[in-house]
Amino acid sequence: MLKINHISKTFNPGTVNEVVALQGVSIKIEEGSFVCVLGTNGSGKSTMLNAVAGSFIVDEGIITLDNIDITKWGEHQRAKFIGRVFQNPFSGTAPNMSIQENLALAMKRGKNRGIGWGLPASLIHEFRAMVKPLNMGLEDRLENPIGKLSGGQRQALTLLMATALKPKLLLLDEHTAALDPKTAAKVIDLTQQVIMKDKLTTMMVTHSMQQAVNLGDRIVMMHKGKVAYDFRGEEKKRLKINDLLTLFDELRRKDNIDTAVASMLADNYV
Amino acid sequence: MSLLIGSTTIGLILALLALGIFISFRIFDFPDITAEGSFTFGAATAASLIVAGVNPLLASFIAFLAGMAAGAVTGIIHTRFKINPLLAGILVMTALYSVNLHVMGKSNMPLLSETTVFTWIENLSLSWSGADARTIILGWEVAVKDLWLLLFCFLVIVGFCILLWWFFKTNIGTAMRATGDNDQMIRALGVNTKLMIIVGVALSNGFIALAGAMLAQYQGFADVQMGIGMMVWGLASVIIGEAIINDNSVGFVILGAVLGSVLFRLLVAIALRWGLNPNDLKIITALFVFIALILPGLLKNKKLSFKRRANA
Repeated sequence: MLKINHISKTFNPGTVNEVVALQGVSIKIEEGSFVCVLGTNGSGKSTMLNAVAGSFIVDEGIITLDNIDITKWGEHQRAKFIGRVFQNPFSGTAPNMSIQENLALAMKRGKNRGIGWGLPASLIHEFRAMVKPLNMGLEDRLENPIGKLSGGQRQALTLLMATALKPKLLLLDEHTAALDPKTAAKVIDLTQQVIMKDKLTTMMVTHSMQQAVNLGDRIVMMHKGKVAYDFRGEEKKRLKINDLLTLFDELRRKDNIDTAVASMLADNYV
Repeated sequence: MSLLIGSTTIGLILALLALGIFISFRIFDFPDITAEGSFTFGAATAASLIVAGVNPLLASFIAFLAGMAAGAVTGIIHTRFKINPLLAGILVMTALYSVNLHVMGKSNMPLLSETTVFTWIENLSLSWSGADARTIILGWEVAVKDLWLLLFCFLVIVGFCILLWWFFKTNIGTAMRATGDNDQMIRALGVNTKLMIIVGVALSNGFIALAGAMLAQYQGFADVQMGIGMMVWGLASVIIGEAIINDNSVGFVILGAVLGSVLFRLLVAIALRWGLNPNDLKIITALFVFIALILPGLLKNKKLSFKRRANA
């Protein structure tokens, strides 16, 4: 179970570029739960994901995973428990290394890497069985460098790599945003299969309300570095895209009122 | 002919340098100028140990470790204090100049009267085929002793190449290659990329220092200036190697670096023989690397514009 307790993060504090990205976010994610994180641009949804992944250390608050406090852990230490797929299809794979070498690296996620042979023949056999269900013909191209593959193929492989060893937590950061609609649908299908198969605890940041409505058992909506709405269970099931759009409009209207009121007050009293 | 054999031997010794540059430049994409300092550091360490009566093999090994230490310092300065790789290398290189002077106690240390690894080989040749034995190769008369030295260097290089190739195929070596290829990805798979860079740059400089140690023993002296231009020299070797062997796999790139080093040394020897002013050597090396770096881009543009014209 992932517990995020009141985390805050300000980038470039005390400079003109100061950005308050997270201001006291708290979320509890039960084991086996699949959470979709929605939010406007700059709402802090990706920042929250990166905070959990350890891309930076939060200013305040505590993050625990299965009751282990990982707040101060480095990115590579947390990788022992966490599988990740990035928004950019180029981020999750090493382009100049072969498909099989990339997969072999993933089979050692969070484990000690000694001077054992990196690519034993037994593994290659296993890899062939792993990529075959993708229906991308990759099983015959295991020796090709990954850089030669398309974004969709690379993203599918990244997903396989992130889950090759069952992670305690799977983090998906808008992992279909950079793909064309058809490929995105394929990758989403695969995502669903992978998560269902191992009942993975998942947090998926997305900008697609369609995905949020169709997938998962919970929707967290973020706004201005805070959790604005949190729907689960029956409530989540009943939620439609239109409801989400209304909520977004509401948030936006609140903002507008705030700024409008502020300027009115400024006009009248300053 | 003996010029060719001598040059090939030096080319093989400098192949260790090329392997070091290959590790930092090609595996880690880390432009590591520490090489210029650690090359001399290796030579100085080995030379002063040998003069102090240490077994030359042990002295060479300690030179390797000394180079690794220098490289580790560069790696730590870069990863721990977030200093640009080039600047980190320049800092350590500059510092090493003083260190080298202290290690040797003077700017030049002769080894001609000392027992080095190569003296052993010469003695071996002596007991095998007698003093001043000569043989005929392709119609040229050459000293048997030189052939022994060549064979020895060849075997040493082959050994190191196999070791390096094996290392980069192990789990940890694969993780190192991935660090240079996509550090974000390999961090997400649980690898401490900072540690990988430190170990990698250390390994690279270990090889470079060993090249310095071997060269000092071969030519019979260590000099505080001998490292100057060595990084570009190593880079030239790696680039030539890549041009000859058009294959990106680790094994072939390693092979290419060795071939490139030997070929480059031979080219230089021939050019000098034809009357190239030795003072111009470094500028020509630099020009060569510059051209080799921009050539692929130029050729690509040429091809594209040619295609465009053909389509029009």
